[in-house]
Amino acid sequence: MRRLSFAEAVREAMVQEMERDPTVFVFGIGVPSHAKIFGTTAGLEEQFGAERCFDTPISEESMTGFALGAALRGLRPVHVHIRVDFLLLAMNQLVNMISCYNYTTGGRTPIPLVIRAIIGRGWGQGAQHSKSLISYFTHVPGLKVVAPTTPVDAKGLMIAAIRSEDPVIFLEHRWLHWAVDAVPEDAAASPIGTARVLRRGRDLTVVAVSWMVVEAMHAADILARHGIELEVIDPRTLAPLDVDTLAASVSRTRTCIVADCDWVFSGFSAELAASITERCFGQLTKPVRRLGWAHTPCPTVRALENVFYPNAETIVHVVEDMLGCGPFDLAGVDFYNHENRFKGPF
Amino acid sequence: MSIELGFALYKGLYLARRCEEYIVRHYPDDEMKTPMHMSMGQEAIPVGICHALAGKADILATYRSHAPFLAQTGDHGRFFAELHGRVTGTADGKSGSMHLSAPEAGMLGATAIVGSNISVAVGAAFANERLGTGRTVVAFFGDGAVDEGTFWESINVASLFRLPLLFVCEDNDYAVHTPKSLRRGYASLTAIVRGFDCLVYEDESNDVETIYFLTREAIAAARERRCPVFFNLKCCRYLDHIGIAPDGDACYREPDDVQSWRARDCVATQRARLIRRGLSEEILADHEQATDRAIEISIAQALAASVPAPDRLYRGVFHETS
Repeated sequence: MRRLSFAEAVREAMVQEMERDPTVFVFGIGVPSHAKIFGTTAGLEEQFGAERCFDTPISEESMTGFALGAALRGLRPVHVHIRVDFLLLAMNQLVNMISCYNYTTGGRTPIPLVIRAIIGRGWGQGAQHSKSLISYFTHVPGLKVVAPTTPVDAKGLMIAAIRSEDPVIFLEHRWLHWAVDAVPEDAAASPIGTARVLRRGRDLTVVAVSWMVVEAMHAADILARHGIELEVIDPRTLAPLDVDTLAASVSRTRTCIVADCDWVFSGFSAELAASITERCFGQLTKPVRRLGWAHTPCPTVRALENVFYPNAETIVHVVEDMLGCGPFDLAGVDFYNHENRFKGPF
Repeated sequence: MSIELGFALYKGLYLARRCEEYIVRHYPDDEMKTPMHMSMGQEAIPVGICHALAGKADILATYRSHAPFLAQTGDHGRFFAELHGRVTGTADGKSGSMHLSAPEAGMLGATAIVGSNISVAVGAAFANERLGTGRTVVAFFGDGAVDEGTFWESINVASLFRLPLLFVCEDNDYAVHTPKSLRRGYASLTAIVRGFDCLVYEDESNDVETIYFLTREAIAAARERRCPVFFNLKCCRYLDHIGIAPDGDACYREPDDVQSWRARDCVATQRARLIRRGLSEEILADHEQATDRAIEISIAQALAASVPAPDRLYRGVFHETS
């Protein structure tokens, strides 16, 4: 099977849906401009015209309301935000309008609307260009929230999001855009609302969100060399959450780490830990442990960024502590270093 | 204007006015447990505009949406059922007075967050143009909504995208209880809006026929020039921002101000005009009595209908599982 990057998979999903359904359109600040949202919107304007792929004024709230209005009258908008931080300006439309529109119209109003937003660490992005805000969205009834981590799921969940009759927030970690894998050519939707077990293991379950899936898989590789088996689960859909799959895993391993791609305090990790604990309290040998970002604004300088973000090494140390094993020799382990790849400026 | 058309406009005005007069009468019974923002005094605007668009309008309204809802749908049965929180309402009683809707009848919704419907109207207009539905979108909002950034963003986008929709500022001078003098750092709103690529109309008549003709003229011009229309229509809310007390009872505005508007009340003006044109008092009275009876039946049916069962709470959070 041919291989695609995550970014190419997102693009292909949008192209195939736009070819299939003339009511689909893609818009947002900078969407058709030369940078093409990290390549994810490349070729759309050329293929489908400015009517279906267009730029907008820098008016996040109103362009989100615009998407709602277009969805109310029969179109299927995909609204793109190059950084989730800007979506804060649209929270009124998301939370006060879009999330409750079907409910307050007596269940009679499909809202086929996708909001794409880039989240997480980039290259010295600092306090206002690096957030994830996952719990901001999952907290609100009426919004579906997906955060795929593999190219296959990026394509499948984008197709599902566009076909959904409900609003979907589609969160893409900046670094995941480079992930490459075999991706099917046909347009098949991945079901919204199901988790994926990425790796089987008997000793400890890591429920990892977005980029932290990559770090968890790396930690699992490292620990496997020392005889420790991690089970790694990617929830993929954060709302609605597939608690059954998480609970089934933790019931077997009896130990769980939640690795979030966000601040820990009041974050989505709290929901994961609580949901798992409610279902598995009797089987757990230890409290569920959470890890995520330091509770500070994100610093720009690399020396502090490296402290702010957890990685595979952080996960290994928490596993050592929870299982009472190690410490393992990590000398010579090549941890993910975006400096090998990312030269900026954005 | 023909007697028939003038009478049709009067019927719209009378229905909206009488429905609210029944609310005023029954609100103290505490059967309608929903915050009410009354349209009374402002009916000429939605009635004139919705009739001018003759069923080809998609409207978005505010929490003060009784008159727009009734002007667009005429459906006082579901209106009273919703206000009473019954399953026969527009949304199982989940929306109450502030989120009235009838999407199948072009009443796309109403918002309780000032200004939040304006950009939605722009998107709906974009979809109507793209799909060639022939429908015209109308965004109703108050002069308070003009203070919100999204008003300016929306008029900019609609002008930029050349969308022929109608922005209707129902200018009753007050944002909740705060007058314009405490909210505006400029003298003329319309002077600023004229700077956009849109058509601007102002009217202070509070007269349903004037607003009807203004709408017909403006929409024709907007379709020809492919641009939005901004209406600034002066009006007066007779009752307080919220609830059924008369505006002017509280200290923030002069009772004489409201009285001067009542002296040229839009419902009474249209009635007198029809009599002058030769419509008989008897025909008018017959219609009024029939409307009153129909409203009373709607209220009785609402009271007799069921409240939603507990399992309805979770229904409708997502459309796919509604």
